[in-house]
Amino acid sequence: MNRFASWQYALIALVIAGAFLYTLPNFFGESPAVQVSSAKSTVKVDSGTLGRVEQVLREARIAYTGTVLDQIGVRVRFADTDTQLRARDTLDKALNPDAADKAYSVALNLLSASPTWLTAINALPMYLGLDLRGGVHFLLQVDTNAAITKRVENLAGELRQGLRDKNIRHGGISREGQAIRIRFREQAVRDAARLYILDTVPDLQVQERDDGQNLLLVGTVKPEFQKRVQENALQQNIFTLHKRVNELGVAEPVIQQQGNDRIVVQLPGVQDTSRAKDILGRTATLEVRMVDEEAMRSNSTFGVDVFPERRRDGSVTQVPVKKQVIVTGDQFIGASATFDNDQRPAVAVELDDAGGRSMRLASRENLKKLMAIILFEKGKGEAISVATIQSEFGSRFQITGAFTPNEVRDLSLLIRAGSLAAPMEIIEERTVGPSLGRDNIEKGFRATMWGFLAIVAFMTLYYTLFGGISSLALAVNLLLLVALLSLLQATLTLPGIAAIALTLGMAIDANVLINERIREELRSGATPQAAIAAGYERAFGTILDSNATTFIVGLSLLMVPGAVRGFAVVHCLGILTSMFSAVLVSRAIVNLAYGHRRRVTKLAIGNTAWK
Amino acid sequence: MEFFKIRKTIPFMRHALIFNVISLVTFLAAVFFLWHKGLNYSIEFTGGTLIEIGYKEAADVDGIRRTLERGGYKAEVQNFGSSREVLIRMHLEKDQSSANLSQKVLGVLKEHNADAELRRVEFVGPQIGSELVELGTIALLITAVGIVLYLWLRFEWRFGLSAIIANLHDVVIILGFFAFFQWEFSLPVLAAVLAVLGYSVNESVVVFDRVRENFRKMRRASTPEVIDSAITGVISRTIITHLCTQMMVTTMLIFGGQALHYFALALTIGILFGIYSSVLVASPLVMWLGAKREQFIKPGKKTGGPRDEHEGAVV
Repeated sequence: MNRFASWQYALIALVIAGAFLYTLPNFFGESPAVQVSSAKSTVKVDSGTLGRVEQVLREARIAYTGTVLDQIGVRVRFADTDTQLRARDTLDKALNPDAADKAYSVALNLLSASPTWLTAINALPMYLGLDLRGGVHFLLQVDTNAAITKRVENLAGELRQGLRDKNIRHGGISREGQAIRIRFREQAVRDAARLYILDTVPDLQVQERDDGQNLLLVGTVKPEFQKRVQENALQQNIFTLHKRVNELGVAEPVIQQQGNDRIVVQLPGVQDTSRAKDILGRTATLEVRMVDEEAMRSNSTFGVDVFPERRRDGSVTQVPVKKQVIVTGDQFIGASATFDNDQRPAVAVELDDAGGRSMRLASRENLKKLMAIILFEKGKGEAISVATIQSEFGSRFQITGAFTPNEVRDLSLLIRAGSLAAPMEIIEERTVGPSLGRDNIEKGFRATMWGFLAIVAFMTLYYTLFGGISSLALAVNLLLLVALLSLLQATLTLPGIAAIALTLGMAIDANVLINERIREELRSGATPQAAIAAGYERAFGTILDSNATTFIVGLSLLMVPGAVRGFAVVHCLGILTSMFSAVLVSRAIVNLAYGHRRRVTKLAIGNTAWK
Repeated sequence: MEFFKIRKTIPFMRHALIFNVISLVTFLAAVFFLWHKGLNYSIEFTGGTLIEIGYKEAADVDGIRRTLERGGYKAEVQNFGSSREVLIRMHLEKDQSSANLSQKVLGVLKEHNADAELRRVEFVGPQIGSELVELGTIALLITAVGIVLYLWLRFEWRFGLSAIIANLHDVVIILGFFAFFQWEFSLPVLAAVLAVLGYSVNESVVVFDRVRENFRKMRRASTPEVIDSAITGVISRTIITHLCTQMMVTTMLIFGGQALHYFALALTIGILFGIYSSVLVASPLVMWLGAKREQFIKPGKKTGGPRDEHEGAVV
């Protein structure tokens, strides 16, 4: 009765062998590598790039131990970190002759040192979380309302222009919150305007109102439009963050949407966290607007926005600017640090077609007038440059102001990396230094190892051969769990390691249940073979029930983000693997040991003598 | 080797009232401390900034404190793990910009001692904290409801209810410890607390399984007798299992470092009280709620499992 069919043994052996195969990469460790990937959508990384990388390294006499080309880019492996650093600098210089306009992102990385045939069957080491490998994690909250407000402001501007072109005379257009109010004196004009809006601005729904003095049209944006703007804003922010991260040169960054209005950014292995935070955390966006010179003279602030301007001599003045925006940050397509005619640091910028057109129009209409470039950071605007328009210009011009060379470099980087469609705020940050990550792995590993050994020692002492079999099953459980984690590439964090340890500590329960049941059966007079069969059978119901309840807990823990989820994923997987190993694997071994013997008089399951 | 040579059934249920009174007293004490002192939430829940700095030699905690004070930062400074590491905790302040706080603090500390190395920064905004409390509570509720439902389906509603009462009382007691000693209540601790909930329920399930089996086997016995014999039957497994789990948790306490310290501590308390409550609290509750043999032996079925209907239908 205690025999499995040979296909059953074979299946179990196959699963264990597979698990062993997928666990293997974790033993090889990682070797230092440099990763070359595309920094621009127009640049493709292909075998040509690979050849070039190899050639550059050969010319510089830098020894490498292997190269890989995949979707991410070219990765080159090195023997040690010194060579890796040297290679990074050399490659960066060779591939990006223009440091201000990088075509390739060259980053330090770690590459699994396992043999290629393992990598070929997708056997990769476990994916370590930031708390184990070091790096930065940010959670950014996107202010999508601000994006909507901005679009409404733009719509108001378009309406102003459109009504003027159509000669529909209104008594003023203003934005209040996310609504546009247009005043009229005559009913007929209002009707005309209404028809015009229905025709040309489908995103706006208008209502007629009266405030006692004026006839009004109140336009609000439709919910679909709001949703679209929100989604677009989030997408653009993610895109922008990608570009900024590329500038930083980070291998394997994670930039993902979370919920409706949040973005997660994870930069593994980043050492210089302050610079990363600086570049990412800057929620800068640029706007070009005209200075309201009338308001400047009269010192009135009605109908204008006022921004501080830092002058070259260090003083700060307030500049009133018109609400209408000529060019927004997303219309900038290039920027680089340069010097103006007086050899002062300046930023040379380039606009896209639409931006160039509006710039040409605005500069033609406003010759000899003051134009301001406003930088918005963390919701606050600053006029970084206020200058007289000397002549008509288009898509290429220079921004001059009270800049230091460093500021110019950062500013051009920010403009180049694109602007954000909506301001963002860091609402969660986690930085883990590399030394702490190593410590965490070591501590987690040691705790698990000693705990495991203690359990093995105890089980073997207490249940002798059956204890040894239980221990073997527990080892298989660990193997399966690690293999599953490697295969799924689930993120392993420190709480995840704790979950491995705890799962092992709890998984032994199943074997204790079985062994106790077998002892009990023996005491009540069952023959050894019958005791084994009854022990496994009776214990199974209990094991199923108790694992099911634990699994319910694991599932509900998945809801809570962060450390708890890292724990829960491993916990849930561990329950599944422990069911397999504790019941099937241990039974298979027991069957192999006893099931095929003709006569069994005694089971090596410790003392049951007092029966 | 054999620890337990129990020949006679131990009359646990005779002392049921005492066990429940002990439970009630501990429970009330825990509630009192939770109410009186409250939990010492980590910044993951309250929002704020946490900076861990490592030094090459023993850190001068007082000096660091003074340096930060001079710099105008309100911070709690303490040793963390070893004498070379310090943990700086800063709560959310209106006039303290959080964005570059860690850099600034590190800058100030580097001036004080150039060895200062940034090991870890955690910044949590106020939005996140309240969400976590909410999600944690929902997770706890779902767990509780899920377990009651499962046990109701597999056993009987009385068992589900008793298990969850007994084991939620464990949860409250762990929280009571954390409140009394003002240990830091962090996300890993939350995970540990919920894991303990599952673990103790698991324990109750093992006892209940035996109770159900014995109800079917021991036709003449009264309910207390059935429960007594069930507990006696599984007591050695209970103790050995917990011993094994506790060995693992103990190595975590010893080798796991500061990061896993409170996690392991919560588990230890949970395991100790889990044995007690799942066996000696849940079972009397089942008895008092009126569990009887008839609930498990349904007319028309021999042994009661849902499978039995198809018995004989060999495929």
